[in-house]
Amino acid sequence: MSELTKKNLSEIIDLIKNKDIKSEELTQLYINKITKSKKLNAYITTCFDHATQESKKFDKNPNFNSLLPGIPLAVKDLFCTDGFKTTAGSKMLENFIPNYESTVTENIWKEGAILLGKLNCDEYAMGSSNETSYFGNVINPIAENTVPGGSSGGSASALAAELTPATIGTDTGGSIRQPASFTGTVGLKPTYGLCSRWGIVAFASSLDQAGPMTKSVKDCSIMLEAMAGFDKKDSTSIEKKKENYSKNLKTNIKGLKIGIPKEYRVENMPKEIDELWNKGKNILKDLGANLIDISLPHTKYALPTYYIVAPAEASSNLARYDGVKYGFRSSKGKDLIEMYENTRSEGFGDEVKRRILIGTYVLSSGYYDAYYLKAQKVRQLIKKDFDQNFGKVDAILTPSTPSSAFKIGEKANDPISMYLNDIFTVPVNLAGLPAISVPAGLDKKGYPLGLQLIGKTLDEQRILNIAFAFEKNCDFKNEVENWWS
Amino acid sequence: MSIDKDKIKHISKLARISVDSKKSDSLAKDLTSIFKFIEQLNEINTDNVEPLSSILNTPLRSREDKIDDGKIREKILKNSPQKNEEFFVVPKVIE
Repeated sequence: MSELTKKNLSEIIDLIKNKDIKSEELTQLYINKITKSKKLNAYITTCFDHATQESKKFDKNPNFNSLLPGIPLAVKDLFCTDGFKTTAGSKMLENFIPNYESTVTENIWKEGAILLGKLNCDEYAMGSSNETSYFGNVINPIAENTVPGGSSGGSASALAAELTPATIGTDTGGSIRQPASFTGTVGLKPTYGLCSRWGIVAFASSLDQAGPMTKSVKDCSIMLEAMAGFDKKDSTSIEKKKENYSKNLKTNIKGLKIGIPKEYRVENMPKEIDELWNKGKNILKDLGANLIDISLPHTKYALPTYYIVAPAEASSNLARYDGVKYGFRSSKGKDLIEMYENTRSEGFGDEVKRRILIGTYVLSSGYYDAYYLKAQKVRQLIKKDFDQNFGKVDAILTPSTPSSAFKIGEKANDPISMYLNDIFTVPVNLAGLPAISVPAGLDKKGYPLGLQLIGKTLDEQRILNIAFAFEKNCDFKNEVENWWS
Repeated sequence: MSIDKDKIKHISKLARISVDSKKSDSLAKDLTSIFKFIEQLNEINTDNVEPLSSILNTPLRSREDKIDDGKIREKILKNSPQKNEEFFVVPKVIE
């Protein structure tokens, strides 16, 4: 029976639909596994009683026509869940119990999914290794002492360790795609506005997007279908018809034009990444796609732009944590201002404070034009790079990350080297485009690496199709050996 | 741009985050290296570029000016670290 958790989400859904297994049995399997896997520290909160109850309820009155019938799953602890602690990986929200539900999680419960628990992440989603979480490092199941990436590190780790059949994360600069690449799983960041941001703890509002993290491309299409949809509570939600991504999934990519941007070959990039990229190009070529060399000249300015825009928005968004309305409050301070200052100093971790300070500075009087306005202009140029090339190509193929998973502590003391992790993922967020990371191979240490497909605005179906065709022909097996329980 | 201890003091005041003087040095060092990284942007001429304020092609929707929720005082107060009946409580502001 433990073999069951090895299966993809789509296979598990079929087992439920064919009545080969009940939701309650399935839920129990995951509960047992999660209980034995505390070493990975992937879960911050578990909701076993709730999950058991809901699974029994499903079995009594099953609706097999829903997308996720009776499927237990865990979500990143950045999604507000009604009645269940939502911490954002921060001391500030250690005891915060929302009394409302995020739209995206509401959507998946409506499709039959059941909440198993809340997954660890970098504090307020600020980080690329899950080391900034107040609740401790998450371990990547591929090897001891290795980071799962971040910020959706708990989600990636839980998925790769079979502690949830699928999950959802959020991606502001690579927080879905980078951990997916580090754990040999699939992660998709949708077009900005496709999934509602309502009820997600805000980091940088013009960049944040929720998206699926799964074991296969087909699973990814099922999850995206369940999550996406117009929401009037999010003013940037796109009004459009729901799409049947899973039904429309196909492997024929003959004649598609795939752009290969020369700027994504960066200095000191391990040879293996280049080889993997070539492998990807060859697979797509053999499937009948045409490869076209393109140039995205402002790529190298994406990270510096991001480190102005994202902290600026974060400093505004995180101004709400004042120790008054909800969250942590310091007991120190003789007046209101000191209470604010101590609350924020004690409640936030170092990386979050660093980014709030950067953001405050770039927005402060006398510096706004030099930093923030400049960054908004460069962001325009980065977006134009993509716009111009999407006239010529249907999608763009790049590596997902400049390296495979690294050791815990290896980059923790050097913010810039940590930020460079997101060099291939950040441009996509700045331009609001959809992109998917698909596992493509292993490096010489045996650690997984992913390739990224970037699509046009709202062209999720096409990048899913290319990824689907790629996956079928890539011969990638992520055999994670259980060393932790 | 180099960030020194005085600047840290100024920004942390604006951000309402007290910074331990022991941590101030390492923070100044980190921020200096981050700003050096950010300032690569000065290599690009952006004189005739419109700043990007939204990546959506459509303007933000406005809704009808009609109340469609409310009466959730209990819910809002529930997570407050300190409250008194229907009020949030803060340290004394007026003597």
